[in-house]
Amino acid sequence: MVLGKKCIAINRGTPAMIAAAAVTLEYKGLPQPVAYLVGDIGDGDGSRRLYDYLTGHIGDVPLSTLTLHYFQPDVGLFKRLLSVIDSLPGRPSLIADAGFMYVAKMSGHAPSFDLFTPDAGELAYLADELAPHPFYTRGFILHDENQIPDLIERAYRHNNAATYLLVKGATDFIADKNGVMSRVDSPREEAMEAIGGTGDTLTGIVSALIESGLDTETASIQAARVNRLAGSLARPTPATQVYEIIRHIPQALNRVLTEKE
Amino acid sequence: MFSKFRKRKVKTVPATGDRGLLVFEHTTAVIRAERLLKQQGWEVRVVGPPPELRTGCDLVIEFPLLDELAVVRLLTGANTGPLMVVPVNSMLLEPVDLLHVKELGRYLMVRAANMKITVDKETGMIVNVSGGGCPDVPYLAEQMVNKSLDEAPAPRDVGYTLCAYALQIAFDRSVELCSALSGRSLTRPCPLSPERSRLKGTTWSWARSVLPSTVGHRP
Repeated sequence: MVLGKKCIAINRGTPAMIAAAAVTLEYKGLPQPVAYLVGDIGDGDGSRRLYDYLTGHIGDVPLSTLTLHYFQPDVGLFKRLLSVIDSLPGRPSLIADAGFMYVAKMSGHAPSFDLFTPDAGELAYLADELAPHPFYTRGFILHDENQIPDLIERAYRHNNAATYLLVKGATDFIADKNGVMSRVDSPREEAMEAIGGTGDTLTGIVSALIESGLDTETASIQAARVNRLAGSLARPTPATQVYEIIRHIPQALNRVLTEKE
Repeated sequence: MFSKFRKRKVKTVPATGDRGLLVFEHTTAVIRAERLLKQQGWEVRVVGPPPELRTGCDLVIEFPLLDELAVVRLLTGANTGPLMVVPVNSMLLEPVDLLHVKELGRYLMVRAANMKITVDKETGMIVNVSGGGCPDVPYLAEQMVNKSLDEAPAPRDVGYTLCAYALQIAFDRSVELCSALSGRSLTRPCPLSPERSRLKGTTWSWARSVLPSTVGHRP
């Protein structure tokens, strides 16, 4: 990814999310995404600058889909930004993953979002009404894939879930407040769990499909299929890097969307 | 993090119990302070702050309140002074205490909370870091992937957040297991807690018997 004169490696995290969204939008013949980026090695300085910038400028560009990703959780700055987003004319579809999903839950504003994309551990965190971070998910709330429907129900019961959940894992679950609507479990590559960035690519693909006009449920199902198929086409091992999977997204899109259409 | 306390000086609230909390600006300071205090023999533990102290992605250190003066003096002398000292008077959250270890052919994947590290058993190379949502996760991955467990920086030394703390736990367990598998000690000093030190000298056959498994752990 080229940013001004800088080349950014697409290994994981936000660059992987953007790259997956970009190739998906390109496949759909849509304009490339606008990205607001800042460097942050974890001390929160960059995140605070981005919260401030977005709070002041989020209305400068018309937005139909807004995906918020790796942020240092800061409840005060989050609430300030969300109030500005809520006041936008034609509020965009709101998707959160990673740190922004954590802070959305911490602040009690999860229902303001259209889609969260947690993994099983993060879903357990959403289901635990007391945990301020996945690190503190209480032990009785198991991170077990067999428990996922129960965890989804618990997350909604405590108002800690977005309108839709796309839970990524060995099986991907698409759910809303009424429970699991769809499951996607093939193709299955065990190595995918170890590869950093495969959740980020899923978030990028689903964001682009929602931007293309699909409803959130359909976009989530198709994104799960595309991400799994792209992973499978890369013939992954636990040492595979995510850019090898991103390269296969157009081929996977072609297969999945052609089947659907 | 803790921005609302940033300008306050260290202060003390009258004790209602025998344990107190040290509050810091960053998780990295918590990690440094925990190491310093443990090196000096204090019985401390890292916990989640009570709701009234929580602003985001936080950690605090629980310590014997009677030792407050000496504790604060030690930490201040090491430029790691706490923002606040408060007594324990409300519910504290325990860090997640499960480690999951999964064998994927020649690779080991160790998960602590939301963080996973995958290591090539034959070479000791870290081949992937995944999970986590804090902003230092991509940075940590970039620093650690394609390096051996001996050479990679420890997350506690370069990370700042709870995700870094979780990754440190997974990293420690990877060092222990790979050391046991290879039948030698890795050059990296392995900061074993008494509980975790049971793995020292573990044989591969024993290690195999716990893979895949869920292993109790308390940092």
